[in-house]
Amino acid sequence: MDEFKTVIGLEVHAELDTKSKIYCGCTTEFGGEENTHVCPICSGMPGVLPMLNRKVVEYCVRAGLALNCAINPYSRQDRKHYFYPDLPKAFQTSQFDQPLCLKGYVDIVADGQPKRIGITRIHIEEDAGKLIHEVGQTRVDYNRCGVPLIEIVTEPDFENSAQVHAFLEALREILLYTEVSNCKMEEGSLRCDVNLSIHRVGEPFGTRTEMKNLNSFSAAVAAVQYEAQRQRRVLSAGGKITQDTLRWDDAAGNNYVMRSKEDADEYFYFPEPDIMPMVLSDGYIDRIRQTLPELPAHRRERYVSQMGLPLYDAQLLTVSKFISDFFDQTVAAGAQPKSVSNFIMGDIMRLLNERGWAAEKLPISAQSMAELLSLIEKGAISNSMGSKVIEIMFDEAKSPTDIVQERGMAQVSDAGAIREMCRQVIAENPKIVDDYKGGKVKAITALVGQVMKMSRGKANPSMVNQLLEELLN
Amino acid sequence: MSQHRTAGEDLALLTAHEASRCLAEGKVSSVQLTQRMLDRISQSQNNVFITVNLKALEEAAAADARRAKGEVRGPLDGIPMALKDNISTQGLRTTCASRMLADFVPPYSATVARRLSDAGCVLLGKLNMDEFAMGSTSENSYFGAVKNPKDPQRVAGGSSGGSAAAVAENLAYFTLGSDTGGSVRQPAAMCGVMGMKPTYGRISRYGVVAFASSLDQIGPITKDAEDCALVLAAIAGKDPYDGSSLANPLPDYLAALEGGAKGLRIGIPKEYMGEGISPEVRAAVEAMAKTLEDQGAVVESCSLPRTEYALSAYYVISSAEACSNLGRYDGVKYGYRTKEYKNLAEMIEKTRSEGFGDEVKRRILLGTYTLSAGYFDAYYKRAQQARTLIMEDFRKVFHQYDVLLTPTSPVTAWPLGQKHANPLELYAMDVCTVSVNVAGLPACSVPCGLDSQGLPIGAQFIANTLGEAVLLRAAAAAEKGGSV
Repeated sequence: MDEFKTVIGLEVHAELDTKSKIYCGCTTEFGGEENTHVCPICSGMPGVLPMLNRKVVEYCVRAGLALNCAINPYSRQDRKHYFYPDLPKAFQTSQFDQPLCLKGYVDIVADGQPKRIGITRIHIEEDAGKLIHEVGQTRVDYNRCGVPLIEIVTEPDFENSAQVHAFLEALREILLYTEVSNCKMEEGSLRCDVNLSIHRVGEPFGTRTEMKNLNSFSAAVAAVQYEAQRQRRVLSAGGKITQDTLRWDDAAGNNYVMRSKEDADEYFYFPEPDIMPMVLSDGYIDRIRQTLPELPAHRRERYVSQMGLPLYDAQLLTVSKFISDFFDQTVAAGAQPKSVSNFIMGDIMRLLNERGWAAEKLPISAQSMAELLSLIEKGAISNSMGSKVIEIMFDEAKSPTDIVQERGMAQVSDAGAIREMCRQVIAENPKIVDDYKGGKVKAITALVGQVMKMSRGKANPSMVNQLLEELLN
Repeated sequence: MSQHRTAGEDLALLTAHEASRCLAEGKVSSVQLTQRMLDRISQSQNNVFITVNLKALEEAAAADARRAKGEVRGPLDGIPMALKDNISTQGLRTTCASRMLADFVPPYSATVARRLSDAGCVLLGKLNMDEFAMGSTSENSYFGAVKNPKDPQRVAGGSSGGSAAAVAENLAYFTLGSDTGGSVRQPAAMCGVMGMKPTYGRISRYGVVAFASSLDQIGPITKDAEDCALVLAAIAGKDPYDGSSLANPLPDYLAALEGGAKGLRIGIPKEYMGEGISPEVRAAVEAMAKTLEDQGAVVESCSLPRTEYALSAYYVISSAEACSNLGRYDGVKYGYRTKEYKNLAEMIEKTRSEGFGDEVKRRILLGTYTLSAGYFDAYYKRAQQARTLIMEDFRKVFHQYDVLLTPTSPVTAWPLGQKHANPLELYAMDVCTVSVNVAGLPACSVPCGLDSQGLPIGAQFIANTLGEAVLLRAAAAAEKGGSV
C-alpha cells in the first residue's frame, strides 16, 4: 500500500527562437567557434548597457497567452546576483516580483486521466555562458551569454512522473506551435528543474529538494521516479529529508547533493536600473493574441469530432505544425479529410523519411495535393497510381494533372478495352479459370492481377473485377 | 564673453570658443594648441592625468588637414580636450583609477567619446579621479591624489578632480567628468571652473563605467558658460545604445546664453543655506543673488522640506547599485587577477580584496548589506520612497521658480589627507549636490568668488527636468555680473 503522496513542481527554461540576443545584436545561433558570437555588451565589458530586444517581450507574451496566463500590464526586470565565471556581469538580468505572465494552466492527459497543471508565472531572462573544463584549466565560452530565455514555473500540481512527462510533451508542442522556441533538447533549448517532496496522506507537505541538470524528458521522468523512491526510503526508515539542491547524473541514473540549505541562495535581487519598466497596452496584448495559431490539442479535438478522423490520425497529423497546417489547407482546398490523412501518414511521411527531410521541406503545395486527391476521387487515376504521382512530385515541380498526362498514367475505364484484356487473360490462363470454376472463388484475384499487369496498372480495378466475373459466369 | 582674447596671448589661457575662433581665423593650428597642452601636461605637478594619448598630435594634424580642405566639422573641430578615466576609449586604457583596471584597454568607445571624436575634438588623455568615481576629493586613486591647481596642498574635489583641475590649470580646453552625487559640480567649484550635470538621460551613459546606474550622468567641465553650451550641444541627445537616454530635441544652447537675468525667477532654498554651510560660502552665494537681482532677476527664499532625506537615500541607492555594477570585476575576463589561489572562490575573493581600494570596498559592503534579503525593504525600498518625496519637493518649487540658487559645496577645498579618517564627515560634504542626482535634475556649478584664503567658491543653479538652457542663461548672467 502506498501511504505516501508525491508533490512535484517544475521550472522549465525555454530558449527563445529570436534572431538576436536579449540585450545586444549578437546572433543566437547555436554552436559557432568559442567567443565569436559576442560583443562588449554580452561579454560584460565595463560601461556597457543593455537594450531590451522587443521580440523577447513579444515571444514571452505569446507563450503566456498560449499557456492561458494573465499578462502583467506593468512589468520590470531585476538583477539576480551571483559570482560564477560563466556570468560575465556577476548578475543575471531576470525578473523577480513583476514577471510578464502570471497564473496560467495547461490541460494534459496522463495514464488516461485528464489533469490541469497550473502555471505560476513566466518571466524573461538571459542565459549564461558555458565552462569548458580541461586538465589544469577551465575555459569560458560566452557565445550563449545573453541568449533570451523564458522560465516557466508551475504550481506543485504533479503527482507522478507520467504527469511530468505528459506536461513536458504538451508544453513542447505549444512552444513549437507558437514558434516561441525551437525546443531542441540536444542544444539545451529546453531544460527543466524539478522540485519534489513527499508526505504521508493526511499530513502536511514534506521538505522539498530541487533537482537540476535534466536535459531530456526521459531524464526528467527517471529523476522524478528516482527521487520519489529515495525520499520514500529515507522517510520509511525514519530519516529526514534535507532541503538540498541535487544534480541529476543521467548516465549513472542517480543524483547527488550540489549544495545544501546552509549555503542557501542569496541573490540580492534589485530592480534593473538600466532597463525601463515594460508597460504593455491592451492593444499590444490583443495584437499578439490575434497572431496565435490554433494549438495542437484543439486541432486534435477538431480532427476527431468535426472531421471524423481516428484519434491515431489526429495525433500523427499534429506532431508538426507544418504538417497539421498542410492537412488543414488541403482539406480547405476541397479534399476529403481521411484521404488527405492517409496520404500524409503513408506516402508523404515515407518519402520525407527516405530523404531525411524535415516536414518544412515538403515540396508539395496543399493545392497540388488537393488536385491529386481529386484526380483519384474522379477515377482519373487509381490510388496506387496516386502514390507514384506523389513520388514524382517530390522530385519535379509539376502539377499532378500534368504528370498524369505526360506519363500516360490515366486510369482506363473504357469497358470495351478492359473486356478485351479480360478475354485475353482468361484465354491465356485456363488453369486458374478451372480453379475458379471448381469453386476457388479467390482465384479471380490472380486474374485481376494479370489484367492490371497487362494495362500497366492503369485499368480501373473494380471494373476489371466486375467484367471478369461477368465473363466467367 | 564680452572681450575675445586672441592667439596673441598665451594659447593655454583661451577658452574653447576663443580657441575655436582662432582656428577659424587661421591664427593658430590644432597641432599648435595640442602641443601647447601636451607641454603643459608634461610640466604639471598636480597628478591630473593618468594616461596621455600618444596619438593626440596625429588627431590634431588630421583636424588641421580637414580645415585646409574646408571640411571643418563644427566649432569643436581641432579643440584639444580630455576625458575622465571612467569613460571608455577604444585602444586607450581606461583605468577608473583602480588597480583592478590599471591595464585595461577597452575594445569600444563610450558614446560621448565617439561624439566628441566625430565633432573633431583632439583627445589629450584620461584624467585622474576617485577610484570608480567613489569619493569627493580625488584622493581615492590607485595613481595617487589629484592636487588642486589653486593650492597644491589641498584637494581638487571629486570624484572628477582631474577633470576640474585640468581645466583650472589650462591643461585642456574642456573636459568631461561624471556626476553621481556631485562629482562634476563639486570639483568644479573647488577648482574655480564651471561644471554641469545635465538631466538624467540627456547624455548617453553608454561606455561610462557604471558606478550607480540610476544616478550617473556625464557632464562638461569648462572655463565658461559658452564653452559648456558648445560641449553640451555636441554630446547630448538620444543614443540607441542607452535605453535611458532621452529623445527630446536639443534646444539652441548658445542662444540661451543671451537670455540675461531680467525676469529670471530665482529661488533660494533655505535648507541649503543653514547650518553646516561656511559663512563665507553663504555670503558669496548671497552676493551673487544680489548681483542677479540688480540685473533684473526676481530672487526669493523658498523651501525643499525633504532635503534632509537626500543624503541617506543617496548613499543607500548609490551603494546598492555600485555593489551590483562592480561584481563583474572578478579576475576572470579582464583586469587584475590575484597571483596565487587554490580555487575559484579564492581567486575571486583575493582578486577583489587586492584590486579594490578601501572606499570602493566600503561602498560594496554597504550595498551588499542593504540589498540582503530582509533588509531590502528597510533600506533600498525606503530610499526609493524618499526619492519620490524629494522629486515632489522640486516639482512644487519649479511652479514658482526658473532656477534655484545654492552653494555647491558647504566649504572650500580642504587640505589633502584631512578628512580621510572620518568617512561620514566626508559624505556629509555632498549635502548640497546629491538631491539633484536623486531627483534626476540638471544643475551646474559656477565660480562665485574666492574665500579669505583665496580659494574658489562655487554657486549651484538647479533647474527643472531638461532645463539645461535656463541653467546656461543663469550661468551666463552670473558671469556677466562679475564675481564678488
